[in-house]
Amino acid sequence: MNSTVLELKNIRKLYPGVVALDGVSMSFKKGEVHAIVGENGAGKSTFIKSITGAIEPTEGEIIFKGEFIAHNNPAKSLEMGICAVYQEFNLIPYLNVAENIFYGRYKTKGIFVDYESMYKETKEILDDLGVKIDPRTLVKDLTVGYQQIIEIAKSISRRAKVIIMDEPSAPLTNSELIYLFKIVAKLKERGCAIIYISHRLEEIFEICDKVTVFRDGKYIQTLSVAETNKEELITLMVNRDLGEQFPPKQLVKKDKVLEVKGLNTDVIKDIHFEAYEGEILGFAGLVGAGRTEIARAVFGADKINGGEILLNGKRLNIHSPKDAIASGIGLIPEDRKQHGALLHMSIQENTTYAHLSNFANKFGMIDFKKEIKAVNEYKEALKIKTPFISQKVKNLSGGNQQKVVLAKWLITDCKVLIFDEPTRGIDVGAKQEIYQLMIELAKQGKVIIMISSEMPELLGMSDRIIVMHEGRITGELYREDATQEKILSMASGGQEEVK
Amino acid sequence: MKKKIDWSKYGILAALIALIVFFSIVTDSFLTSVNIMNVLRQVAIIGMCSVGMTFVILTGGIDLSVGSVIGVSAVTAATLMGGGTHPVLACLAALVIGFVVGLINGALINELDMFPMIATLGMMTALRGVAYLVSGGKPVYGIPKSFLFLGQGYISYFPVPVIIMIIVFILGFIILNKTVFGRTVYGTGGNQEASRLSGVSVKKVKYQIYAIEGILAAAAGIILVSRVNSGQPAAGQSYEMDIITACVLGGVSINGGEGKITGVIVGVLIMGVLTNGMILLNVNEFWQWVVKGAVLILAVALDKISQKYKAKVKTV
Ligand SMILES: Nc1ncnc2c1ncn2[C@@H]1O[C@H](COP(=O)(O)OP(=O)(O)OP(=O)(O)O)[C@@H](O)[C@H]1O
Ligand SMILES: [Mg+2]
Repeated sequence: MNSTVLELKNIRKLYPGVVALDGVSMSFKKGEVHAIVGENGAGKSTFIKSITGAIEPTEGEIIFKGEFIAHNNPAKSLEMGICAVYQEFNLIPYLNVAENIFYGRYKTKGIFVDYESMYKETKEILDDLGVKIDPRTLVKDLTVGYQQIIEIAKSISRRAKVIIMDEPSAPLTNSELIYLFKIVAKLKERGCAIIYISHRLEEIFEICDKVTVFRDGKYIQTLSVAETNKEELITLMVNRDLGEQFPPKQLVKKDKVLEVKGLNTDVIKDIHFEAYEGEILGFAGLVGAGRTEIARAVFGADKINGGEILLNGKRLNIHSPKDAIASGIGLIPEDRKQHGALLHMSIQENTTYAHLSNFANKFGMIDFKKEIKAVNEYKEALKIKTPFISQKVKNLSGGNQQKVVLAKWLITDCKVLIFDEPTRGIDVGAKQEIYQLMIELAKQGKVIIMISSEMPELLGMSDRIIVMHEGRITGELYREDATQEKILSMASGGQEEVK
Repeated sequence: MKKKIDWSKYGILAALIALIVFFSIVTDSFLTSVNIMNVLRQVAIIGMCSVGMTFVILTGGIDLSVGSVIGVSAVTAATLMGGGTHPVLACLAALVIGFVVGLINGALINELDMFPMIATLGMMTALRGVAYLVSGGKPVYGIPKSFLFLGQGYISYFPVPVIIMIIVFILGFIILNKTVFGRTVYGTGGNQEASRLSGVSVKKVKYQIYAIEGILAAAAGIILVSRVNSGQPAAGQSYEMDIITACVLGGVSINGGEGKITGVIVGVLIMGVLTNGMILLNVNEFWQWVVKGAVLILAVALDKISQKYKAKVKTV
């Protein structure tokens, strides 16, 4: 079968000071899953936005089913059957599943909305995908994984010919991921062309047929997945040798720093744990197990119903994030757009935001020289890709936004740093740099708590792993005896680890 | 790398210059030093308050109660002075009222989670009533002569209210651009939750900005008393609209998080020049309203259109 659905010729996109895309030509075929990989800021998102018409490329041609598309825009590309599932979903939380799927083109009977047939059709699509969701469920009550399925169902109901997924796996748990894979396989069978962007290279080998590497806005190469391997891809992406992914780390057990006793909220029950100086403590569990809730409770972001938090043996009175930061506890939140970044502000303003008083005199006047110097240091250290630090964060690529959020917390002198999914959306090279940084922080005697859904990261980085299931701690494993199987069994509520 | 000049930033300034040129040509009296001082004096009250309003709008809020605070402050100060209270004490009392009103606005918005527009709308109506109650519905006279300097006096060439307005603008500029507090104002407006999770006490910021606006409005009321030599219960009526218009003209985003004091200065001047020029041209008052409203809509429309155009045009 050799049927090209979509072809792009010489796409260029220029932003002030940045060449986001530098003459990319590619084509996509029916029934093929085509991955695009590249470092943060390589131009992947810009490329797909050019396809969907979300942005207008500076130069280039789009040819869909043999026809040249002039003046593309999102409505037009949807109409033609090009659908994108962005990482930030476009669902409306207070509408139900069927209403979302048919949003903007409700079925009608006379002047009334024909709910019956909408529910029926929604159910058919969902059944076909093998998911059991009631079409009447409000979207806000669904997990992230299910919301994504609804996004995909929306594309299907539009009879999409090309489905684009920009980092679809980033917010998903392992079991949800398997689901996604099944759905992708089904769409492929039906003859959709699928464009799949991900920083998790393992996935590409599982579900993709072809993979194209972008670097610095340029098209580098397209390979058949069967004929390449992870190492080759990484070399093409970063154009240098990466070495070992997880830098070695030695833990010398030192003093207890953080102690949490009997912490309770509406979600988490009776949480006890402690963390030691220089330790990297991992938290494993399925999404919804309560890991983020523990982090937020310790950080004072949510109300707690009971429990104590002790730092260096002293009981803390934390009522707000402000109190937590003042006591030396920092939280890098999982939701970058809502909780992490101030998108409308500059890299500079974001980086120092949680620690601004440190850059000001006693009258609250900011010392800009000192600020700019520190921000530039972190920009270099984290390799934040931008021409200038006065760039607004909303103009950065997803991964680079995440780096800015990390910088905001690294710049504080918090003794305890909680990272909630720190490397989500971050490319392989940058991941390694962040791991290196975490280890350096631990060496300085800080306590690093890392919540992660990525098994290799948890196993490779943590000195100790606490596993959770449905709001409770179900086990604890030291680096030496932690394995994926043990963690998964505990995370699904299996057996208690006997120490 | 060639730096691209973002002309859309200067659009509003160009509009101001165009207005000035226009009125200078069609009237003889516009471009005289006396008239220019006149324009500045006329905008002094609105100018001061627009600084506080900028803070409020930047955090994503709005304060409709300013005009009524001006009224309450004016009649309170006038009544006290008329009764023999020392002007300094009378002014202090008025300022305290403005401060307290600000805190009440803050409390309604923070503690009861009310929409700023609703909370301050209620305050606006209630306080206008209070102004009439305090004054018994009539203007309050008996202002001491010594007090008139504040509203009518000059320091060298400059009317005192103009100097006060300039000081307020300078302070506002410094606070917004150079201090920790200013940065948290921008941050709170742009992303409240991210700000809270960065250790900013969002509630405190809101109390502070409504209090600042309350105090500025009260100060404006005091100056107004001195300027018209009486405390009018209707003082400041519908000023909130002019103040908000000036902010929006100046590019402050009503969604919060974006806007600059320098822009607001231009916005205030546009309002002043437009009013003054139309008076010089003997445009009748009803038409003045039409024009002012049209200018606001036109300015925002042009801004939107230029943004759309910018998004499409090839950027190099
Ligand atoms: N609106 C914008 N203004 C200025 N620069 C932009 C804008 N949008 C994107 N860029 C720049 O274009 C480049 C490519 O960004 P893009 O989002 O396509 O990267 P990406 O490959 O998707 O990266 P990631 O893996 O981090 O998501 C980046 O350097 C980014 O900073
Ligand atoms: Mg991206």
